[in-house]
Amino acid sequence: MSTWTSDATTPRSTWFLRGVRAAFSLPGLILISSFIGFAALAKDAGVTVVQAAFMTGTVWALPSMVVLVGAIASGAALPAAMFAVTLSAIRLMPMVMALAPEMRAGKTRQCVLYLLAHFVAVTSWVLAMERLKRVPPHMRTTYYTGLGGTLVTTNVIVVTVVYAVADALPSAVSAALLMLTPMYFLTSLWGSARERAGHVAMVLGLVLGPVFHIVLPQIDLLVAGLIGGTVAYGLHLRRRKVRVA
Amino acid sequence: MFILVAGFAATDIWRFLGVYLGGKLSEDSDLLVLVRTMATALVAAVIGNLIVFPGGALAHTSLGLRIGAVALGFVAYLVSGKRMVVGIATAEFLLLAGLYLGF
Repeated sequence: MSTWTSDATTPRSTWFLRGVRAAFSLPGLILISSFIGFAALAKDAGVTVVQAAFMTGTVWALPSMVVLVGAIASGAALPAAMFAVTLSAIRLMPMVMALAPEMRAGKTRQCVLYLLAHFVAVTSWVLAMERLKRVPPHMRTTYYTGLGGTLVTTNVIVVTVVYAVADALPSAVSAALLMLTPMYFLTSLWGSARERAGHVAMVLGLVLGPVFHIVLPQIDLLVAGLIGGTVAYGLHLRRRKVRVA
Repeated sequence: MFILVAGFAATDIWRFLGVYLGGKLSEDSDLLVLVRTMATALVAAVIGNLIVFPGGALAHTSLGLRIGAVALGFVAYLVSGKRMVVGIATAEFLLLAGLYLGF
């Protein structure tokens, strides 16, 4: 991969295919394994295979999808579900903000960027931030189309297939599959946190989630997110003040 | 329909805002830090619930085994220099080993 040349004469289709190939890298395979876990989770929660596949293509953010499945399973009202999913998806905004300038070359149209933004989720973002540097600027949107499009398509297929065979699996395997999602989130979320406050927020959320699940089962995620996030932010401000003083 | 409104619209609004604001707002502005910590805590709460109150076949395993497998898997992730594969594989191995041994 390090032998890629930024040769300006390489045709557009080649860059597209290189993007496709980047989808089948280690992070891409880990993502597939966590979508296997998601299919098991969705089936277990009573979501249909069509809903699960549709969600994969349209929502395309695992944490938000897990929140959405949880909301559907617990029979939450539309506004409550939407609010929880909205909050869980906020982190996409700074990610897109960081990525968009990388992809914008001379005459890149704004609407192309809006379309490509849909592909932004943890895995494609990590891969793109790492590899776009080695793609010539005017080929970056093409490259990212190949990468993001392949990730989405592959995982819609994965979800559909796994959903179909999930019942035939021994219970130990099903248990292991259901364990994939939390482990994937745990490690990728820790790795993508930019500042110490992110790690503090994570630890608080891990504890507050189950606590509020018992105390306030309807709005547990929201409360845990608001309280955990605010406390972590407060500590962040205090640390900075101490450093400045 | 539910998925379109509560799922698609609720996630892509942030992606679109991200493109719109790209370059206008600083990455480390205080507002963004607060937004990120809240979002992180919320997703962490999801993780915590998936481990403590799981569904399906995972619900038949003991809480101690799940927490132990996840905790040691996370330690393995940190020790290996933040390699996700190592962390995930360790947790899965411990879970299956624990099930096999009847914990």
